[in-house]
Amino acid sequence: MAGHAGEAEAVAVRLQAVSKRFRLFRGRQVTTVKDLFVRGGRGGLFSGEELWALRDVTLEVPRGRMVGIIGSNGSGKSTLLKLIGGILKPTAGRVEVDGRVSALIELGAGFHPEFTGRENIFVSGILLGLSRGEIRERFDEIVRFAGLEGFIDNPVKTYSSGMYMRLGFAIAVTVDPEILLIDEVLAVGDEAFQHKCVGKIQEFKARGKTICFVSHDLGTVERLSDEAVWLDRGILRAQGRTREVIDRYLAHVAEEEARTLGVAHRQAEAQAAAGTAQRWGSREVEITGVRLVDGAGQERYLYDTGESCTIAITYQAHRPVDDPVFGIGIFRRDGVCCYGTNTAVEGLALPKLDGEGEVSVSLERLDLVEGEYLLDVAVHARDGQPYDYHSRLYPFAIRSRVKDAGVARLPHRWRLGK
Amino acid sequence: MTAHLAELYRYRVLIATLVVRELRARYRGSLLGFLWSFLNPLLLMGVYVLVFSVYLRVPLEGYAVFLFSGLLPWLWFSSSLGHAVGVIVGSGALVKRVFFPAEILPLVSVLSNLANFLLSLPLLIVFLLAFGIRLTPALAFLPLLLLLQLVLTAGLALPLSALNVHLRDVEQILGNLLILLFFLSPILYPVSTVPAWLQPLYFLNPLAGLIQGYQNVFFFGAPPHWLHLGVVALFALGAFVGGYWVFDRLRDSLAEEV
Repeated sequence: MAGHAGEAEAVAVRLQAVSKRFRLFRGRQVTTVKDLFVRGGRGGLFSGEELWALRDVTLEVPRGRMVGIIGSNGSGKSTLLKLIGGILKPTAGRVEVDGRVSALIELGAGFHPEFTGRENIFVSGILLGLSRGEIRERFDEIVRFAGLEGFIDNPVKTYSSGMYMRLGFAIAVTVDPEILLIDEVLAVGDEAFQHKCVGKIQEFKARGKTICFVSHDLGTVERLSDEAVWLDRGILRAQGRTREVIDRYLAHVAEEEARTLGVAHRQAEAQAAAGTAQRWGSREVEITGVRLVDGAGQERYLYDTGESCTIAITYQAHRPVDDPVFGIGIFRRDGVCCYGTNTAVEGLALPKLDGEGEVSVSLERLDLVEGEYLLDVAVHARDGQPYDYHSRLYPFAIRSRVKDAGVARLPHRWRLGK
Repeated sequence: MTAHLAELYRYRVLIATLVVRELRARYRGSLLGFLWSFLNPLLLMGVYVLVFSVYLRVPLEGYAVFLFSGLLPWLWFSSSLGHAVGVIVGSGALVKRVFFPAEILPLVSVLSNLANFLLSLPLLIVFLLAFGIRLTPALAFLPLLLLLQLVLTAGLALPLSALNVHLRDVEQILGNLLILLFFLSPILYPVSTVPAWLQPLYFLNPLAGLIQGYQNVFFFGAPPHWLHLGVVALFALGAFVGGYWVFDRLRDSLAEEV
């Protein structure tokens, strides 16, 4: 912990029961006098819909701390930064900020396309609170950091988006704020520039600046921040040690994803029952249900790489059928077949089918890389005549901490030898 | 109010920088560049002179210069409002992402048009002299007229720019009101053509007293009409205080609604 014993830690940003409401307007953003007359009165402009971007958020950021703000899209992360930056005012609650703030919310927001990089540096710098002298002093540093030595006297409309962003970032960090707010800017620019940005941020950190940043890249959040804040639909769900907050967030995301996949599966089943172009065959044997079951016997459609999974197929034979063949196939969303097999190619002879029953295949390890997959299940005669073919109907997903590439995660081990 | 003005004073460098940028941006990329700030009013004047002096034969010696001395301040007024009304909507990116007092934007519209007006004054002087009109000590009242017009225009530009964020009709309504106001002000015709019984009503339009003031100091070589100017001053002050109040009430919603 920073700070001296017995002395309360200085707080750079304090939010007390902060809520922010946005009012939504009927149909379109732009309102005209006509609407006003048609609906009459002051309330007429307002559709009655409200969006609470933040609800009752209480938060303290100690001086010198770097806080990563995570959460899914629309969870209020940017609104939180704008409230701290003073750009938005809270609907309720108090926002207290102690120190000069620089917000990297949109880089190059004040640039005028017709003007040269040089002219824009001056206007933007002044907009961000620098004096002319300070800008003149740091001018060369800005240009060097942005890597725009040869272009600084060209109009910025001739810049590539990367150059534009680099110049914006270079100006914003030159302000030398006590509190730096960063919204997703690390996601832009090429690799080299991202490294430069991260370097600059670490330099700020080392100099004891307070930093609040929003990012979808959990790896970056984990690497850079001292603590994390997780917002979910405007509610502060967790604040504390980065690792713990990220774990809770990921668990929540997985839960949501699993729920969505469960719904998708039931939809696929309903679709199969109602009839679809993705299902064909004579139906002499009918597949009546498909389930994915994990090692503990729980039905589940989201798996971690390497988990075991059983595909259970229930069927009904409307007449006795000799020598049936059951098959499965796993496809990537882009149509690549990851794995396919059936009882015939594996030399299994199944007994005669009659009435209802279940066939299952246990996959000991689902060693697929992270992504979404579709499952094929089929029952057909040995000569290939389909009884019931469900093609790419059932979705499931694999998630993995390891962002490896390809189709399958082949079992492997690294060894360092001499 | 005073707190706001003090804050604006702290942002004076930004205001100055934006005014300069505005002036330079206006003609960037055009061949004749800055010459347009002379050419535009000159062409306009040419058209009016053709219609009112040649076709309709308004009996006024030196009609062209008379017209010009009222047209220039009118253009400052109307271009300021025309520009200011859309300036916050147009600078959405800035308002939403950078923390600064948003009233700077409409004020920059008014100030950059003031600068344009001042830069075209030498042309007016050359015209006056060319038409054999002597400059008189009444010109000393010019700064007073400028101040009144500045306060009045700013007082209107502030609420218009903020209201237009919520109600985009404001821009359209303003366009029509400005045309109306143009003909209700003594620009194309001297005040003397307005019937005497109508004049008390006529000068309730603050632009009328103001334009008359300019014509007096430039063209007629007389001081402004003090009673009419008093009306202007009242209007200017009222507009500024009221306009700032309206702007202030809408301030917090601007970043959301833009």
